[in-house]
Amino acid sequence: MSILAPAPPSAATASAPRTLPRRRGGEPASVLATLVLLLGAAYCLLPVLWVVVASTKSGGELFSTFTFAPSTHLLENVSDLNAYRDGLFWRWMANTALYAGVGALLSTVVSAMAGFGLAKYRFGGKKAIFNMLLAGVLVPGVVLAIPQYLLLAQIGMTNTYWAVLLPQIISPYGIYLARIYAAASVPDEIVEAGRTDGAGEGRIFRTLALPMMLPGLVTVFLFQFVAIWNNFMLPYIMLGDDKLYPLTVGLSGLLNQGASQPALYTLVITGALLSIIPLIALFLTLQRYWQVDLAAGAVKA
Amino acid sequence: MTATQDAPTTTATSRRTTAGRDGRRTAPYFFLAPAIVLFVVFLALPIAYAVYLSFRTEQVSGLGLGSGARTQVWTGFTNYAQALTDPEFLASVGRVALYGVIVVPTMLGLALIFALMLDSRRSRARGFSRISIFLPYAVPAVISSLLWGFLYLPDVSPFYYVFDRLGWDVPSLFSSNLVIFAVANIAVWGGVGFNMVVIYTSLKAIPTELYEAARLDGCSETRIAWRIKIPIVTPSIIMTFVFSMIATLQVFAEPTTLKPLSNTISSTWTPLMKVYRDAFIRGDLYSAAATSVIIAVATFALSFGFLHLVQSRAFGQEK
Repeated sequence: MSILAPAPPSAATASAPRTLPRRRGGEPASVLATLVLLLGAAYCLLPVLWVVVASTKSGGELFSTFTFAPSTHLLENVSDLNAYRDGLFWRWMANTALYAGVGALLSTVVSAMAGFGLAKYRFGGKKAIFNMLLAGVLVPGVVLAIPQYLLLAQIGMTNTYWAVLLPQIISPYGIYLARIYAAASVPDEIVEAGRTDGAGEGRIFRTLALPMMLPGLVTVFLFQFVAIWNNFMLPYIMLGDDKLYPLTVGLSGLLNQGASQPALYTLVITGALLSIIPLIALFLTLQRYWQVDLAAGAVKA
Repeated sequence: MTATQDAPTTTATSRRTTAGRDGRRTAPYFFLAPAIVLFVVFLALPIAYAVYLSFRTEQVSGLGLGSGARTQVWTGFTNYAQALTDPEFLASVGRVALYGVIVVPTMLGLALIFALMLDSRRSRARGFSRISIFLPYAVPAVISSLLWGFLYLPDVSPFYYVFDRLGWDVPSLFSSNLVIFAVANIAVWGGVGFNMVVIYTSLKAIPTELYEAARLDGCSETRIAWRIKIPIVTPSIIMTFVFSMIATLQVFAEPTTLKPLSNTISSTWTPLMKVYRDAFIRGDLYSAAATSVIIAVATFALSFGFLHLVQSRAFGQEK
C-alpha cells in the first residue's frame, strides 16, 4: 500500500536561497518555463487578490465599481462584521481554531502512539490491525458522516462540540505516516538502551521516541489541522446551533441568507478574507514541513 | 535526549526487569488502544450501521399515525434496486463522472507541468510561484467556492467586464451547460498546488547524476523530462490520481456553497448531495444509507481496480 509520506523536511525548501548564485552563473533563463509558472501563480492568486480588494468596498460599490478598483471601507466592513449578531463571526473563528487545534493535537498523539506501537513491537494481530487501519485511508470520509450522525444522535451527542471533535481524531493516514516516521527515526538500539536503563515502555515512548519523531509529527499535525479546518460536511450535518459552527458552515449559511439580503454579501466577503489569513500565515511560517513524498511511502511499505 | 538525565538508579533496574518484560508484551496494545477504539467507534461501527440500515425500511400501517404505526422491517435489496434505478441518482452519477473527467486530468496535468517547470534549472521566480500555486490548499473548499462564485457573477466578475467592453456576449457560467465547468474550475484551483508539491517532492528525490549523464549524451531538457523525470515520478502521479478520484466522487462542499448563487444547481446535483437531501430533508435514512453504501463500494472498486490495472501494466515486470 502506498500513501503520502513526508520526506525529511530539509532538502528542497531550505536550499532554495542557497542555489541563487549558482542559478545566475550557469543556465540561461527559459522565458517559456518562467511564463508558465507565473501564469499558474496569477491564476492561483487571482481570487485571493479579489477578496482583498472586494473587502474594501461598500455594499453598493461591490456591484457598481470595477472588480479590482479598491475602495476605503475595509474598517467599516470589519466593524460591521464584528457587530453582526454580537460578534458571531469571531465565535466561528474560535470554534474553528478549537476544532482544528485540539482535534489535530489529539489526532497527532493517537497517531504517534499507534505508529510507534506498530513500528517498534512484534505482537499478535499486528498485520491484521495495520491492514484494518490502512483500509480506513480509502474509506470515503463523507460517506461516514450520516451513520456517524445517527449513532451520535442515539446518545444525544449531536449538536455539541464533541460531535465535530471526536470523529476527526482518528486519522488512518496520520497513523500510517507516524509508523513510517517511527521506523525511520527511532533506532532499535535506543529503545533497547532505554530498557536496559530500566525505563518503562511508556517512558521510552515519551522521553526517547517522541522527540525523535517530532519533525514527522509536525507534518501529521498540519495535515490533520488543514483537513479539519477545511471540513464542511461533518459540522454541516452534526450541528444545528449556529453558535457551535466553524467558519466554513457559518459563512456558507451567511451566503445562503445573502441571496435574499444582498447587504450580507460584504459581510461574507470580509469574513472570507479574515478566515483565510490564519491558515495562510500558518502555511508561510511552516513551509518547510510541506514536503509530500508519495513514492517514498510506496517503497517503504 | 532528555532521557539520560532521568535514567533511574541501578537498584531500580534489577527490580524492573521482570516487570519490563511483561510491559513489553502489553505495551503495543496499550499504544494502539486509543486508535483501535476510535477506529471501531467512528469508522467500523458507522459503516456496519449504514449497511444494516440499507437493508431496512419503515413500514407504515394504517394511516401511519400514532406510535407503533411505523415499524422497521427487513427489506432485502429493495433500497439498492430503488437507488440504482432512480433517475435523479443516475443523473448525479453521470454529472460526477463528467466532472471527474474534466477535473482529474486537468488538475494533474497542470500539477505535473508546474512541478517540471519548478524543477527546471532554467525557470525563474520559482520560490514565488511555488508558494502562490500551493496557497489555495490553505483555502477551505467553501471559501474558495464563495470567492469564485462572486468572480463568476456577471455584475462582479472582471472577466465579464472585459467581455462587455469587447462587446462579446458570453453566457453566464451559472447557465446549465457551463455550471459544471464553474464547479470543476474551483476543484482544479484548490487541488493543483497540493498535487504539484507531491510530484515536485518526488522529482527532487531523483539523483542529479542521472541528468548529468543524459546531458553529456546530448539529451535536451524536454527529452530528459519525458524519458527520465516523468517515468520516475509515475508512482506519485498514480497515487495522486487515486486520491483525486476519491475526492471527485465525494464532491459536496463546492456545489452546496454555489447553490444560493445559481439556480442551475439542484439539491441532487452530486450523489452526496442526494444522500444529504434524502437523509436530512426527506428523512428517508434507509435509501440514503443504501446510496452511501453504493458510493463507498464504487469508490473502493474504482481505486483498487485502477491500482490493480496500473500495477499489472507498469510494475508487472519488476516482480
